[in-house]
Amino acid sequence: MASIALSSVTKAYGTHKVIRGVDLEIANGEFVVFVGPSGCGKSTLLRIVAGLVPASGGQVLIDGEDVTDVPASKRGVAFVFQSYALYPHMSVERNIGFALETLRIGKEAIRSKVDTVARMLKVDHLLARRPRELSGGQRQRVAIGRALVREPEIFLFDEPLSNLDSDLRMEMRIEIARLHETLKTTMVYVTHDQAEAMTLADRIVVLNQGSIEQVGTPLELYQAPANRFVAGFIGSPRMNFGTVPVGTETGAFVLPAGLVADAAASGDRQPVSIGVRPEALSIVAADAGRMSGILERVEDLGHEHFAYIRLSDESIWVVRVAGRPPTERRNQPVGLSFADADIFVFDAEGKRIEHRAAGPTPVTDAGEGRLVHER
Amino acid sequence: MSAKLARREHRTAWLFLAPLVLVMLMVAVWPLGRTFFFSFTDAYLDDPTVYGMVGFANFIEVIEDPTWWNAVRNTLTFAFISVAIETLLGLGIALLLNEAIPGRGLLRAAILVPWAIPVVVATKIWEWMLNDQFGVFNRILISLGVIDHGIAWTASSSLIMGVVIFVDVWMTTPFMVLLILAGLQTIPGEMMEAAEVDGIPAWKRFWSITLPLLKPAIGVAVLFRALDAIRMFDLAYVLAASNQNVMTVSIYAHDRLVSFQELGVGSAASTWVFLLVALVAIILIGALRLDRSAGN
Amino acid sequence: MSTATAASTPVRAKRRSSAYYRLQRRLRRAMLGVLILLVLAYTLFPYYWAIVSSTKQGAELYTTVFLPALNFTYYRQLFNNSVFMGSLVNSVFVATATTMLSLSLGIITAYALGRMEFPHKRLMLMAILMISIFPQIAVLSGMFELINTLGLYNRPSALVVTYLLSTVPFTTWILTTFIREFPRELEEAALIDGCSHFRILTRILLPLMGPSLASTGILAFILCWHEFLFALTFMLTDENKTVPVAIGLIGGTTRYEYPFGQIMAASVTVTLPLIIVVLIFQRRIVAGLTAGAVKG
Repeated sequence: MASIALSSVTKAYGTHKVIRGVDLEIANGEFVVFVGPSGCGKSTLLRIVAGLVPASGGQVLIDGEDVTDVPASKRGVAFVFQSYALYPHMSVERNIGFALETLRIGKEAIRSKVDTVARMLKVDHLLARRPRELSGGQRQRVAIGRALVREPEIFLFDEPLSNLDSDLRMEMRIEIARLHETLKTTMVYVTHDQAEAMTLADRIVVLNQGSIEQVGTPLELYQAPANRFVAGFIGSPRMNFGTVPVGTETGAFVLPAGLVADAAASGDRQPVSIGVRPEALSIVAADAGRMSGILERVEDLGHEHFAYIRLSDESIWVVRVAGRPPTERRNQPVGLSFADADIFVFDAEGKRIEHRAAGPTPVTDAGEGRLVHER
Repeated sequence: MSAKLARREHRTAWLFLAPLVLVMLMVAVWPLGRTFFFSFTDAYLDDPTVYGMVGFANFIEVIEDPTWWNAVRNTLTFAFISVAIETLLGLGIALLLNEAIPGRGLLRAAILVPWAIPVVVATKIWEWMLNDQFGVFNRILISLGVIDHGIAWTASSSLIMGVVIFVDVWMTTPFMVLLILAGLQTIPGEMMEAAEVDGIPAWKRFWSITLPLLKPAIGVAVLFRALDAIRMFDLAYVLAASNQNVMTVSIYAHDRLVSFQELGVGSAASTWVFLLVALVAIILIGALRLDRSAGN
Repeated sequence: MSTATAASTPVRAKRRSSAYYRLQRRLRRAMLGVLILLVLAYTLFPYYWAIVSSTKQGAELYTTVFLPALNFTYYRQLFNNSVFMGSLVNSVFVATATTMLSLSLGIITAYALGRMEFPHKRLMLMAILMISIFPQIAVLSGMFELINTLGLYNRPSALVVTYLLSTVPFTTWILTTFIREFPRELEEAALIDGCSHFRILTRILLPLMGPSLASTGILAFILCWHEFLFALTFMLTDENKTVPVAIGLIGGTTRYEYPFGQIMAASVTVTLPLIIVVLIFQRRIVAGLTAGAVKG
């Protein structure tokens, strides 16, 4: 097992900067997930950890040892690829055991290790087959088996489940979580899927344009995003945002006086925008809410419903309604109600301003797994 | 598709193919058939209309001619050695071009130069470079102290086959490089990365992954090159005309046909060449097939 | 489940210091760089030397000076040599005419082979491939008779006819692979709109196939430009020869008066335009060369 540390790691292709100075510590045995929009550099960062992509600057340390210049083959890490990268001309058995062939541990030892791993991943009946005779899920298991058999100190996963359909993805997600519980090995996992990030991670690293936006536990990111980007990125449907005052003229929402007084006084930061999560909003009568708009359409998903409300400044806010569908009629004015505690306040740079109403668990029923959302 | 519709499509397809079929009948099937036919006659080139049928006499005359067997030996030696060197060298250069290093784009363009030069021109250039007195090759060797006087590369009977192979390697390695490089580029990058992360040493990555996956590409390239090498004519002809040491089967047949005007015997020799090429093609394709089915 | 980690030897690669790997990587890069330079020299030096030699005069020619002397006397002689200029014209005519003919034949056939369904399609493809590996010598006698019958002996247009033997299968094969790469939806839409196959080919595919036709055309042109055996056999008089034969047959009165300077000037003249075109269309040419082989 091993810890990983990145210090001011950069990567540039010519003048194009892909990673702009990343500092990160990953503890021994931790499960860390990199998320971010496509092109944010999360895969590149993972490849820098693996040694597949040389860093342009900064250091990579494994167990405190500088491995920046150590080639991938000597880092003792295992990598699971999005495309599985199985060797098409080798049987499943040889695919899994291939890395052991160079270790001179004898055919029997290899066979027994391969068997153990194959049984663990339930591919022991497929050992004689070739990769192209396997289903996507089976290929994924073999790819994981190939990583597992080397008993690496660090597992790196690059969007391993994105080529699977949603049922299989859920199944493999649970499998990987179980694997981490069993092996307690350090794992770094790249995904664009929030559900994977939220369910697997001890800590999530949110990346944007080559920089880290925030590092934290899934709940921390959800409850206390550092900035507008993280607030918008974590949670689905995404957080509703508005400039203060939100809406104009009729039904405009003005921040309650004194809500951000402390923060503004201490940091000289003016609140510029606010955000409220769809699950913190509720629809009330047009004159009863803290702001109002027109109910444009409702999407029914069965157990939950998304109502789209057009505010007077033409922006659209989404309300999540659990249980029964909203009874309000379309194209009619409705009111929106929410608690002070559910308001996220941001300054001009997009940084979140702490305010007095925000409690330790500001969002009601956050633990329901509602933000788990398959894309 | 309904039967009627299918039939109409077939008719249109044959309509599209008709021009090609006609042209091929004219320039391939007919001449080949006539060559076979002349093989059984005692016709001479000056008046092909006067002939008598002689059965297999011409074929027997050719295989009883030691010059023919010398040509066969030359051709097979040339084909085997040059294709072997080209394959190894081509593989090496293709692997080099597959590395992300500066100068790669330049080399990829430069490699096309020997390929774009006509055989005759390439032969003349090398003949000049290998000239015993004034050739730059000897000059460099002398100034390096390797030899003390110029070697007559193209005049020496023991060296000339080496020169022919050397020039052929220079001209045709680019073709090998391009085919093998195209094969290399079909190997997914993530697969090589997977092997790298797994700590597989470079030689084993090459031997156990790259090479097996490259086999079909190399096989096709070898097939093309080998068939080309067996019918080789221009290089040896320009370099040494009818020199016994590098006379190929094509040159032998051409000599009988054109220089000696023996349409009958020349055609029989040509037919033997055809059969030789066909035999090698069948053996190589068979080997490729076997390999492919074993690989699956 | 946890047995994989327990009761087993640690599988950790031995790691050395960062400095070691840094050095190793630099050495590797340096080595690859040197290799690239070596291969560059190997591929480019002969042609460079031909250019250098062609601009030297008299005794200069026999010195080992690596810079061109920029004396263009040989070129001036060459351009005033009506026989050589005539063979240049012949080559251009033969290669252009053959290329045009084979492209038109090839595209029509390729459309049928790449897009239509008809019985014996595979057989047809195999036959075309077979013809392209024919040894030319095997059809020489029959071809001789054919062009005599057509009354084309010792006329450059005879070469156009004979060259179709190799260029038509070649262009057909390459264009077929190119056509298969185009999305089918485009033509299906046209078919639904009631277009005939001929209209689809001329109005939809042809305009899209410009680049493919260009690269295939260049390849066919080069094939004709290089051809030696037919040109040698079927053209009798100097004024009808093509450039490879003209260059191949340049000789001196004695071995020591071999006119290497003139030969080099002629060599550069007939290859430089070609090399420039090849370098400009580099990518497409490589695509064309490898298309047929890799997917076939």
